Amino acid sequence: MTTRTAPGVLGGIGASVRRPDGEPKATGNFAFASDLSSENMLWGATLRSPHAHAKLTKLDTAPALEVAGVRAVLTQDDVPGNPLFGQEEQDQPVLCDGTARYWGEPVAVVAAEDEETARRAAAAIIVEWEPLPPAGDPDKAADEGLIFREMKIRRGNDSVAGSVVVEGFYETATQDQAPLGPEAGFAIPDGKGGLDLYITSQWIHVDHRQIVACLGVEPNQVRCHPAGIGGAFGSREDISLHIHIAMLSLATDRPVKMVYDRSESFVGHVKRHPSRMWYRHEADESGTLVKVTARLVFDGGAYAHTSRAVLANAAFFTVGAYRCDNVVVDAVAAKTNNPPCGAMRGFGAVQTCFGSEMQMDRLAEALDMDPLDLRRRNALAPGDPVATSGQIIEGSLPTVAVIDAVEAIPLPDPLEDDDPRLLPGGTGLTTPASSVVRGVGYAVGVKNLAFSEGFDDFAEARVVMTTAGVEVHTAAMEVGQGLVTVCQQIARTVLGTDRVAVVWDDTSKIGSAGSTSASRQTQMTGGAVLAASVGLRDRIIADHDGDDLRDDGVYRNGELMATLDKICEAGPIEHHERFRHPETFAPDENGQGDVHAGFVVAAHRAVVDVDPELGLVRVVQLDTAQDVGKALNPQAITGQLEGGIMQGMGLAVMEQLVVDKGVIRNPTFTDYLIPTFLDAPAVETRIIEEGDHWGPFGAKGIGESPTISSTPAIVSAIRAATGRDLTRVPVLPEDIIGM
Amino acid sequence: MNVTITVNGEERVVDVAGPESLLSVLRNDLDLPGTKDACEQGECGSCTVVMAGETVCSCLVMAADADGTAVVTVEGLSDDEGLHPVQRAMLAEGAVQCGFCTPGFVVAGSHLLDTDPHPTELEIREALSGNICRCTGYGAILRAFETLTGEGT
Repeated sequence: MTTRTAPGVLGGIGASVRRPDGEPKATGNFAFASDLSSENMLWGATLRSPHAHAKLTKLDTAPALEVAGVRAVLTQDDVPGNPLFGQEEQDQPVLCDGTARYWGEPVAVVAAEDEETARRAAAAIIVEWEPLPPAGDPDKAADEGLIFREMKIRRGNDSVAGSVVVEGFYETATQDQAPLGPEAGFAIPDGKGGLDLYITSQWIHVDHRQIVACLGVEPNQVRCHPAGIGGAFGSREDISLHIHIAMLSLATDRPVKMVYDRSESFVGHVKRHPSRMWYRHEADESGTLVKVTARLVFDGGAYAHTSRAVLANAAFFTVGAYRCDNVVVDAVAAKTNNPPCGAMRGFGAVQTCFGSEMQMDRLAEALDMDPLDLRRRNALAPGDPVATSGQIIEGSLPTVAVIDAVEAIPLPDPLEDDDPRLLPGGTGLTTPASSVVRGVGYAVGVKNLAFSEGFDDFAEARVVMTTAGVEVHTAAMEVGQGLVTVCQQIARTVLGTDRVAVVWDDTSKIGSAGSTSASRQTQMTGGAVLAASVGLRDRIIADHDGDDLRDDGVYRNGELMATLDKICEAGPIEHHERFRHPETFAPDENGQGDVHAGFVVAAHRAVVDVDPELGLVRVVQLDTAQDVGKALNPQAITGQLEGGIMQGMGLAVMEQLVVDKGVIRNPTFTDYLIPTFLDAPAVETRIIEEGDHWGPFGAKGIGESPTISSTPAIVSAIRAATGRDLTRVPVLPEDIIGM
Repeated sequence: MNVTITVNGEERVVDVAGPESLLSVLRNDLDLPGTKDACEQGECGSCTVVMAGETVCSCLVMAADADGTAVVTVEGLSDDEGLHPVQRAMLAEGAVQCGFCTPGFVVAGSHLLDTDPHPTELEIREALSGNICRCTGYGAILRAFETLTGEGT
C-alpha cells in the first residue's frame, strides 16, 4: 500500500492541512442549520412539560389554532407512524403520551408564519397536569428494578486479597456538551408525501431510520441531509427536533424551520451521565494490583438513548489502563425522572477514569510510592489481557510511553506575578499571590475505538475520478473535528492528486458511515476512503496498462499512457467500499470476551494554583501525551487535544448541571459555566506514533481521549496542593475548604 | 418603527418591532446570518458586532438603540479583495473547527487589534474572554493572534 504522498502533491497524509470549510466559516458565509431559510417557510416551536413527572389531564390546542398566523398544532395523537423513537430502544414518545417523564419533555409542536407567533401559540395551548413524585435517586430506582441495563464483570479469583487496600466513593456531576450551535433543522416537503430534511446530526442514517418509522412512510420518501453543524460532542447522537419538523412540514405542506434557544437546547439533548462509584483496590507490597472491586451507578434519566452502551464502556474501563487479574464489577444504568443521558465525549470512560485514577493516587499514598511509578508498574501493554473483559490487546498501546512523555514536559515557573488575571479568583481580586499553593497531578486514561460488543459497525465511502479531480462521497458527519481534511488527505496520497473535494451525500445517495462518535470516523470513514481510493486507483491503472496514477493521468515506466480526459472519456469512474473493523463480540454472562475493536491511551499532567482558604482554583498548565497511532493531520490533532482538555477541565472545576427533583436549575450560559479564554491553561502536547493494527496508515481516533484523563489530573493536582481527599467533580470551593 | 443603521458601510432602513434585538434585525431582516445566535444572554460572544466603535453583543442591543449608528459585522471584514488578517491568521493556525464562534472572534479580535495593535498574551486572553469557544480550547486562537501582534513588533 502507498504510504507516501507523491512528490508535488500537496496536502497528503501527515501534513497540517487547512480545512476547506474554514474560509466560509471565518467570513460568516458558511450555512449552519440555524441559518437556513426560504421564502414561504414556517417557524416551529415546542410546548414542553413544566414537571419532571406528571400525568397530563388536559390538553386543548384550540386556543393556539386561533392565534393569527398559526398553521398547525400537533400532539402525540397526530404522529402518523410509530409513536415511539429511540436509537437503541424505541421507548420515547415523539410527543407526550399522557405522562411526562422528564422536565422539558415535548408535549405539542406548533408551526406559524413567524417565530414569535409560533412561540406565543405554543404558550396559548391549554394544558393541565397532575404532578407525580419524580424518581430522582438512581440508587433507589435501581433497587426498585428501574434500570436500562445491569452489567456484571467477574474475572479471576474472587477470594484473592491484597495486603494494601484502599476504598473510595466517587461522584461525577451531570455535564452538558454545550455545543455553540443550537439544535436546528429545516424541512422541505416534496409534494408527494415525503420530504427533505436538513438536520444537525452525528449519524444521519440512524436518524433517518427513526424518522421514517415515526412518520409511517417508506424509507425513500425521506432524505436526510447534513446541515452545517456547530459542534456536537455527543449531543447530536440522538433525535431532538427532527421528527417534529417533519410532522409539521407534512401537515402544512410548507417548509418548516425550527431552532432551539439556549435554554431549550439544555433540555433538548441528552447529557453526560452523573455517576456514583464505589471502588476497592487491593495491591501487594510491591504495588502490583491484585484485585479491583467496584460498583457503578449511572443515572440514565427518563429514556434509554445510549445508556446501555455508555454503561458497558464505563464498566469495561473500571480499572483504567492497568493490568489486574481479579476483577469484580457490578454496574447499573438506572431509569429516573432526571434529564435523559446519553453520549458525551468519552462515553462512560470519563466517569470510571475519574474513580480509578483517584484510587491509584490513594493507593500510591498507601504504598508510599511515586504515583507514576505505580502506574508504570501496572501499565497495560499489547499482549496483556484487559483487566475487566480479559480481551488480549492487539495493535499498539503505548501506556508507559505516554506517561514518560508527559512527565518529561518542563514544569511551568513558580507563580511570581501578582496580576489578578493569573490568580485563583481572577479579577475578583480575592486572592493575593502569597495565599496560593501549587499542586501537580497526573492521570492516565484508556478507551475503546469505534463500536463494540458485536455491533455491525461499518462505514461507506465512494470515490469518484472526474476530469476536474477527485470527489469523496460520504455521509459521515463533519461536526468541526476535521474529518473533511482526513478524507482529502487519504485520497490525495493514494490517488496522486491534490484536487480532492469531499461531497456530503444525503441518505438516499449513499449508505451509512456510522456515527461521528466513539472516536471512530478517522479510522472508519478514513478506512473506507482508503479502500475506495486504492480500489479506484488499481482499476484505473489496470484499465490503461500502467504502473502509476498521477495528477494528470496513468503512467507506465514514466510515460503518460492515458490523460484524465481519456480515463474519464465515458464519464466519471467510481469505486465504492463498505469498510468494517475487526469483528467484536458480545460479552458472556461474566462480562468476558473480545468486546472491543481497539484501544487508545493518553496521559495528562495538571499544574494548579489553589487558594485553600477560599477554595478557588486556577489551572495553570495542562499537558498531555497522546497515543495517535499515526498522525494524519498534526495541526488538527493539536486542536482535538487542546479542545478536549478544556471540556475535561470544565468537568473538573466548573461544569455541573444542577438538577433538583428533576428540574434543571441552570439551563443558561449565565449559570452553567464553560471555561473561557482566561480560564484556559497553557497546554503542551506530545504525540506518540506507534501504528495500530487496522486504522488507515496505522492511525487511531483521538477525539475522546483528551477529555478522559484531563479531569482526574486536575483533581489530583488540587489534592496535591491542599491535601484534601477530593471525591467528586466538579471540585467546588466547599470541597476544598472542607465544608 | 423605522430605524436607520449603517451596516458595513451601507445605510439600511428597517421597520423593527418594539423589542427586537439588533441581532434579530441583522440575521432576519438584513439577511446577514454571519452573526451567530448561541445564547441570547450576552454570555458567549457569538453575536459580537462593532457598533459606534465599540464591540457589543448584538443580542443585548435593542435594534432601536442602533438607530443612527454604524455597525460592522463579520460580513464587513472581508471583501472581494481578500480576507481580513485576523481571518487569515485563524485559518493558518487551525483556529476554526466547528466555526460557530468564529465570526464573533473575528469581529472582537479585529477590533482589539484596531484599538491596540500590540496586546500581550494576557491582554489578548482578557479582551477575548467574552467569546466562548467549545471546540479549540483557545490554544490555536491565541497562536493566531500572536502571529499578528508579533508582526507589528
